[in-house]
Amino acid sequence: MTLWFVFAVMTAAAIFAVLLPLGLGARTPSDGREAAVYTDQLAEIERDVENGLIGKVEAEAARVEIGRRLLAAADQENEVPVKASIGWRRAAAVLALIGVPVVALAVYLPLGSPQLPDFPLTARAAPPDGSQPLEALVSQVEQHLQKNPTDGRGWTVLAPVLARLGRTEDAIRAYRNMITYAGDGAAKRADLGEMIAAAAGGVVTAEAKAEFERAHALEADEPKSNYYLGLAAEQDGRKQDAAAIWLRLLSKAPADAPWRPLVAAALARVGGGEAPALPSEAMAAAKSMSEGDRDTMIRGMVDRLATRLKQDGGDVEGWLRLVRAYVVMGDLDKAKGALSDARQAVSGDAERLRQLNEGVKTFGLDG
Amino acid sequence: MIAESGHYALVLALALALIQSTVPMLGAAQRDVALMNVGRSAALAQLVFAGLSFIALITLHVSSDFSVANVFENSHSMKPLLYKITGVWGNHEGSMLLWVSILALFGAMVAAFGNNLPLSLRARVLSVQAWVASAFYLFILTTSNPFARLATPPIEGRDLNPVLQDIGLAVHPPMLYLGYVGFSISFSFAIAALIEGRIDAAWARWVRPWTLMAWIFLTLGIAMGSYWAYYELGWGGWWFWDPVENASLMPWLAGTALLHSAVVMEKRNALKVWTILLSILTFSLSLLGTFLVRSGVITSVHAFASDPTRGVFILGILVLFIGGSLTLFAGRATALKQGGLFAPISREGALVLNNLLLTVSCATVLFGTLYPVIMEALDFKLSVGAPFYNLTFGPLFALLLLMVPFGPMLAWKRGDLVAAMQRLLAAGVASLAAIAIAWAWARGGSALAPLGIGLGVFVITGAIVDLVERTGIARVPFRTALHRTRGLPRSVWGTAFAHAGLGIALLGIVCETTWNSELISTLRPGDVRNLAGYQIKFDGMTQRQGPNFAEVVSTFVISEDGKQLSVMTPSKRSFATRGMSTTEAALMTRGVSQLYVSLGDTTADGGLAVRIYHKPLVLLIWFGPVLMAFGGLLSLSDRRLRVGAPQPARGLRGLQAAE
Repeated sequence: MTLWFVFAVMTAAAIFAVLLPLGLGARTPSDGREAAVYTDQLAEIERDVENGLIGKVEAEAARVEIGRRLLAAADQENEVPVKASIGWRRAAAVLALIGVPVVALAVYLPLGSPQLPDFPLTARAAPPDGSQPLEALVSQVEQHLQKNPTDGRGWTVLAPVLARLGRTEDAIRAYRNMITYAGDGAAKRADLGEMIAAAAGGVVTAEAKAEFERAHALEADEPKSNYYLGLAAEQDGRKQDAAAIWLRLLSKAPADAPWRPLVAAALARVGGGEAPALPSEAMAAAKSMSEGDRDTMIRGMVDRLATRLKQDGGDVEGWLRLVRAYVVMGDLDKAKGALSDARQAVSGDAERLRQLNEGVKTFGLDG
Repeated sequence: MIAESGHYALVLALALALIQSTVPMLGAAQRDVALMNVGRSAALAQLVFAGLSFIALITLHVSSDFSVANVFENSHSMKPLLYKITGVWGNHEGSMLLWVSILALFGAMVAAFGNNLPLSLRARVLSVQAWVASAFYLFILTTSNPFARLATPPIEGRDLNPVLQDIGLAVHPPMLYLGYVGFSISFSFAIAALIEGRIDAAWARWVRPWTLMAWIFLTLGIAMGSYWAYYELGWGGWWFWDPVENASLMPWLAGTALLHSAVVMEKRNALKVWTILLSILTFSLSLLGTFLVRSGVITSVHAFASDPTRGVFILGILVLFIGGSLTLFAGRATALKQGGLFAPISREGALVLNNLLLTVSCATVLFGTLYPVIMEALDFKLSVGAPFYNLTFGPLFALLLLMVPFGPMLAWKRGDLVAAMQRLLAAGVASLAAIAIAWAWARGGSALAPLGIGLGVFVITGAIVDLVERTGIARVPFRTALHRTRGLPRSVWGTAFAHAGLGIALLGIVCETTWNSELISTLRPGDVRNLAGYQIKFDGMTQRQGPNFAEVVSTFVISEDGKQLSVMTPSKRSFATRGMSTTEAALMTRGVSQLYVSLGDTTADGGLAVRIYHKPLVLLIWFGPVLMAFGGLLSLSDRRLRVGAPQPARGLRGLQAAE
């Protein structure tokens, strides 16, 4: 409300400034005359003559010239008398009274933000509830680091936060400082490279790639750098290389690594064959996946198993797993088909056939 | 509330400017005193509101209110207070606000001190001034609003471009703007006179103090900017023929011409049409300068605004005002009565020659500035540099300087060239002696250099001879001479000082460019180098933490013949927020010569690349313009230019404040 009051006072002052002379119109204020300039020039010639700065003849000539101008000026001034036009004055007053507020509001309202209060820094440094927004904490750490730029721990704390806040350029600098002051490391290099790539809109630039290569050199199995090196290969159009890198990465990866599906998806994208099968206990990891993802993953596994068993049919355990999988997935036709395939495959071996039949009993498949 | 009040004050200033641009004009046509006086109070109120708005922006910068986009983009909470304030005009929006504030200031000054003007002329001048102001208020509000807000204010600002965090920037732009914008007054006077349809000798007297004031500020502003470039950019150069520098030089050349032609008009009622045209051209060149700098047409340090809508808007203003005023001029100029006649060899003739040389050299600078822009639009990349100006601007200016001492020696109407030459004999002898000495003493360098020195000495002694002649010290008894000296108008002193300043600047320029010695070397701690008789020892580097930057300071011990003279500490500052670094050169002044040390990069093997310059008489380059400005100030304090002199004393008396 105060703000609108201030606006009103200011507007009133502006209108007053226009109305004042209109109200005082009757008085004729001091008015400069051309003639004054010329009388002044005449006086000046007198002074110059007195000081001997110009000769008598020159002075006389100048006097005549200025005198002529003086007369002309005097003539001119008598020509047009000053008059009062009340109508125009009223119009001007109305223009000020209506025009000033209208123009002011018409321009201000679309441009201004009257609802926003001021936010001077002093008022924002310590909010009343004592809690500080993340940005404030970040800025405190930044200020601390500006004074102690060699505090590696500080940079280690700051860098990932900056990365999460989307301040990529600052994060890059923070990661570099972290590497300089808190020691080099494969993971740190990989994080730095990731930020550089993020700043470049996801493109693994030469600069980013250099960081990933450093990381790879420091620790060959570091997953992030390997992933990005693969991505770099993909972006360069070397899909074979990309697939090779990712395949190697997956083969060495722990079963519960959260990035597995990401790499698998990337691998699928470049069409570089199938990801190696997960060990059965990896199913635990799959539980955290979404329904659709899990389904896709299981189907992929089942298909791979089926392919493998077609070439090497002696694996009873494998056959049992495949049949069980089809049953679980509700695909009874395939389950029966698989079972008959299995029987055919192990038909030459009585012991294995017995094992198979024992196992199948529990599935409730007839025949 | 400060932000929004400042914003609203700016809008009110626009509303007042719109009223000021119409009502007084109407009043002058109707011969109504009250309507004409609206211009006066509206101009004063406009200054109040524009000033409030400017103060509001300063307050916001000082209190680091990052909810204002302009503050967020150009300030930082850790910045020293001085740079928080100067940062206000270190960016596009803020500097445009300063521009209109100064425009309002000049308008208000005419309103307050223009008692000696005829009412109708004052009303029209104020109206024209308000046209210009309205256009720029609209420009600011629509394309570069300094009060735009951010709904979620960031916690820290982006900091000011570190190159601009310097004391030079605190002074240079306001000075330059006082000059640029000051010429708007002579423009308004010219347009008002054209509308009025009557121009006389009195007009020249009324407009001269304003022109002079603008010229003084522009002179100081250009000198300041050149000195800033010299010590801050780290290359030891002081003039680069950069388009932005040219943009300030062109109004100066035209303004200098205007100043001289106004004298002829005032004294002899001649050159009236030409003077009006010069008034229009000078301000047009100021506008052109603003356009070149603000539109980003030319990329340089100054172009912190590179936004096409802004460029188009300013181009519109430019076309409107230059085109409009020249059209009005074309329509009215033929109707103006021509005044006094004069012989070719006379004071008037000399001033015409001065005008001719100044405008032609201004045209060469304009050509050199715009040609690359035009060629680039046609897909040719080229730059016009020092060689072009040395071949065109140089000879023209040398000729002009050669004429300078003759002007004041010639009488009005009909001069005697032979007598003037006889009086200048002493100056000629001094200059020949200087040439001879320079030739004998000089080792290497251009053969033109001694001639340049001779020319400089000729101009300086010419100014002294003029004073000696007028006071008659050499001819008449001492008491008479003393009496005459006291009676000498201050404008005569002003002329002498200003002309001598030209000569002094020329001496500095010739010596610096010819005998400047330079050493570029890679140093390791303990290394010693020799330059121009000085031994320079590199002591090592230390780290230092500034308020918003980290600094690597290198220490150099300077000695001469084994005696230690001084310790110089050039440094490199890196500003974290913008990730930029600046070079802080170190200067050692001896007399008017300087030793200049600037740092390059550190090499891989621990060496430090250093550029060391010895610049003989370099300070004269800036001392000259200061002397010229001082001469202008003396002239401004002349009783003839004091506004309202013939009236009874009543309160504030015009421009006496400027003494």
